[in-house]
Amino acid sequence: MGTGTDVGRVRGLGSAKSGAHHWIAQRVTAVGNALLVTWLVASLAMLPAYDHAAVSGWMGQGIVAVPLMLMVVSVFYHIRLGLQVCVEDYVHDDGLKFATLIILNFYAIGAAALCLFSIAKIAFAGGSL
Amino acid sequence: MAKSAPRPLSPHLTIWRWGAHMLVSILHRVTGDGLAIVGGILLTWWLWAIASGPAAYGTFVYYVWSADAGDVAGAIANVLARIVLIGLTWAFFEHLFSGLRHLVLDMGAGYELRINRLWSRVIVVAAPVATAALWIWLCLGRAG
Repeated sequence: MGTGTDVGRVRGLGSAKSGAHHWIAQRVTAVGNALLVTWLVASLAMLPAYDHAAVSGWMGQGIVAVPLMLMVVSVFYHIRLGLQVCVEDYVHDDGLKFATLIILNFYAIGAAALCLFSIAKIAFAGGSL
Repeated sequence: MAKSAPRPLSPHLTIWRWGAHMLVSILHRVTGDGLAIVGGILLTWWLWAIASGPAAYGTFVYYVWSADAGDVAGAIANVLARIVLIGLTWAFFEHLFSGLRHLVLDMGAGYELRINRLWSRVIVVAAPVATAALWIWLCLGRAG
C-alpha cells in the first residue's frame, strides 16, 4: 500500500462486503426467534401437564424436537450477536473487551451445545416420530 | 499515543425529557440482556434436567415451582423463581414487540414523530398486558 492518509488509501475500493453481515444475521435470527420462541411459549402454555413423562413425551416427538433445536440455534446465535453489541458499547478497555467476548462466545456456543444434546437425548431415548 | 486532555462530551442522556421512544429503546437492550443471560441459563438447565431424567427434572421443578410446605429455603427459591419467570415473560413480550418495531424501522418506516411515539407507547403498554393475560390464563383459565 502507498503512503497517504487512511481514507486516501481505501477510497475507491468499495466496501469490504462483510460489514453488514452481523447486522443481517441479527435480523435473520430475530425473525427466527419471533416465530420459534412464540411457538414454544404457546406450546408450553397449552401442555396438558408438566410432569416429566408429559414434558419429555411431548419433546421427544420429531415435530417438536426439530423446531426446538432450530430455536436453540437461532436463539443462541442471536444472544451471541446481541450481547456482543452491548460489550462493544460499554467495555472500552481492549484487553477486557477481548476477554469478555471470549467468555460470551464460550457461553453462547456451550449452552447451545448443552441444549441440543439434551433435546437429541430426549428425542432418541424413547420418543416416537 | 499520549492521552489528550478530556474533550467536552455531548450531553446525551441527562438533558433530554424522557419519551416513550427512549424508553422502548433502552428496554429493548435491558430485556435482551435479561433474556440472553437469565433466560438462556434457565432454558439450558430446564432442557438438561428433562434429558437427565425424572429425578433431575424433579429438582428443577422443586426449586422453580413447588417446594415442600416446610422448606423455607425452597419457598424463598419458589418466590424468586416466580418473579424471574414473570419477569422473563414480560421481557419476552417487550423484546418481541420492540423487535418487530425495529424491523419496521429498518425498512425506513415509522420515523414520523407522532407515529413513532404512538407505537412506542403501544409497546410499553402491550408487553405488561400480554404478560398479565398469559399468567392469568395459566393460573385461572386452564382447566385444573
